[in-house]
Amino acid sequence: MVTNAKTGTEKKESIWTGVNRVRASDFIIAFVILLLSLTCILPFIHVAAKSISSNTAVISKTVYLWPKGVNFDAYASIFKDGQLTYSMGYTIVVTVLFTIIGMVLTVCAAYPLSIRGLKGRPFFSFVLMFTMYFSAGLIPEYLLMSSLGLLNTMWVLVLPLAFSPYNMLIMRSFLVSTIPDSLYEAAKLDGATHLQTLVKIVLPLSKPIIATLSLFYAVGRWNAYADAKYYITKKALQPLQYLLSNMVLSSGTDAISLSENAAVVSTPEVLQAATIMFATLPIIMVYPFVQKYFVKGAMIGAVKG
Amino acid sequence: MAQKAVINRPGRRRALGVYVRNNWQLYLLLMLPIIFVIIFKYAAYPGLRIAFMNYKPAKGYAGSEWVGWDIFVKIFKDKDFHRALRNSLVFNFLDLLIGFPVPIILALLLNELRFPRYKKISQTVLYLPHFLSWVIIASVSLNLFKPETGLINILLKNAGLIEQGIPFLTEKWHWSVTYLLIGVWQNMGWGSIIYLAAITGIDAELYEAATIDGAGRWRKIWSITVPCIRGTMVTLLIMNLGRVMGSNFERLDSFGNVQVKDFQYQLAIYIYEKGLAGGNFSRATAVGLFQSLTGLLLVLASDWVSKRLGEDGLL
Repeated sequence: MVTNAKTGTEKKESIWTGVNRVRASDFIIAFVILLLSLTCILPFIHVAAKSISSNTAVISKTVYLWPKGVNFDAYASIFKDGQLTYSMGYTIVVTVLFTIIGMVLTVCAAYPLSIRGLKGRPFFSFVLMFTMYFSAGLIPEYLLMSSLGLLNTMWVLVLPLAFSPYNMLIMRSFLVSTIPDSLYEAAKLDGATHLQTLVKIVLPLSKPIIATLSLFYAVGRWNAYADAKYYITKKALQPLQYLLSNMVLSSGTDAISLSENAAVVSTPEVLQAATIMFATLPIIMVYPFVQKYFVKGAMIGAVKG
Repeated sequence: MAQKAVINRPGRRRALGVYVRNNWQLYLLLMLPIIFVIIFKYAAYPGLRIAFMNYKPAKGYAGSEWVGWDIFVKIFKDKDFHRALRNSLVFNFLDLLIGFPVPIILALLLNELRFPRYKKISQTVLYLPHFLSWVIIASVSLNLFKPETGLINILLKNAGLIEQGIPFLTEKWHWSVTYLLIGVWQNMGWGSIIYLAAITGIDAELYEAATIDGAGRWRKIWSITVPCIRGTMVTLLIMNLGRVMGSNFERLDSFGNVQVKDFQYQLAIYIYEKGLAGGNFSRATAVGLFQSLTGLLLVLASDWVSKRLGEDGLL
């Protein structure tokens, strides 16, 4: 709480005594938050425990949050099979390309639109934003991808969604609020062109927002699979999430399993748990380090969403 | 370098042409995203015409005949469409009803949390579900909620509370509750950020004055914090109301199965199954057009209401 933090430091008193001492209600609140937080971690711990437990322990339903009979057979089969590892590498390539193209487009749109007095600004904003509010829908977009020759190529995952109007808005608000007009004036007086101003002044000052939006783009691409389901039938071109969906969630004809030479000894339960963890761990591992950038971005987006 | 001279000599009545010539680099930059959206988004709009045609993929646009409003007439008589529309509206409305207050309450609780270290860690943890794909969330949910092998059912059985596993994800009424609650859970942490940002902006003197007047914690929450974030609440509520026609294909697809089809069948699923999977392109396009148009109208209406109430619009 803002006030408590302030008065607390002024009076330099222990939080256990005095006016701002911890009360019973503080513990009740902390407890509620604890319960909610646990719902966000325990499910993953359970799946992780399952993935490295022995077949018998999992079949007898005695694995809760701690693994029993620890072994890494299921992970060994995943690496031996290679489908998931290949797909992960492929998805990383797609994500990186997507993020770079998305950021270039976002900067190209946000910088001119952040300059006050740019003639035609409302028109260009409208053209860029309109698609966010009125989409042509699945079939016309599918036919478009088909006529552009993008079906069953990697580029159908990289290009169509690469420009996000929402991210552009965030970038624009950031530029408008952090770069004072006087800086542009000064650059102009020094004879800098708009491109020079962009490269030498605007981009260096925008590092935090570039980091944030790159992560928005990257996570969005990493998690999405609907477009792959619509546009891609070739197995080798399917991103990780779609493969995971076909392995774990699908029971129909498109279900995919590990190949025979993967020498699977794990039961389907254990193997599925390992597959889920294989796809989840990369995100969970980088998440704590990049989390603060997301919060910043969400805050800027909140000002003018 | 010729431009430099022109820039430094501000004319009183600059013609548009001169302005563009002086700032051509800005327009050049803008052209890149503009051309991009024209190729990948606007070029799809002409395809909407197949909603008025009896489109046969083999014959293409030229070989397919125009049928006017026939497709729409058929759709509005289509039982599947009625079901998809009903489910979309009911589930989106319930999502809003349950999902809207939870981030607010969470933000208020987080704001009252005293232990800064603990607060930071719990926020990090609470934001996590927002970063996981629906496939991962659905896969993990299976591990928790399957009737025989799901952790929750195992624990309930061991505790002697139930004899048979509860079909959380395989019976349509149970599924509805699980599906909705998981949606709320996924969004609660992330959704609270916007309210926490609004709370940070509240003048600290208000709280100090209230403390001097003898107001307790709950009184301060109710009489200061909540009224101060009311604007944010109203804006978000209206924005969300504008989205009740939309549907998240990935969320529905990940949680879908044969047993719950009756409720899981929403507009996004209808369009995918009739259109791409079933080859009925005209019908799927018409439903898509209906969805986009009503969505657009709702957004415009909510923007209008929001501005009328003196809040920031979203456009």
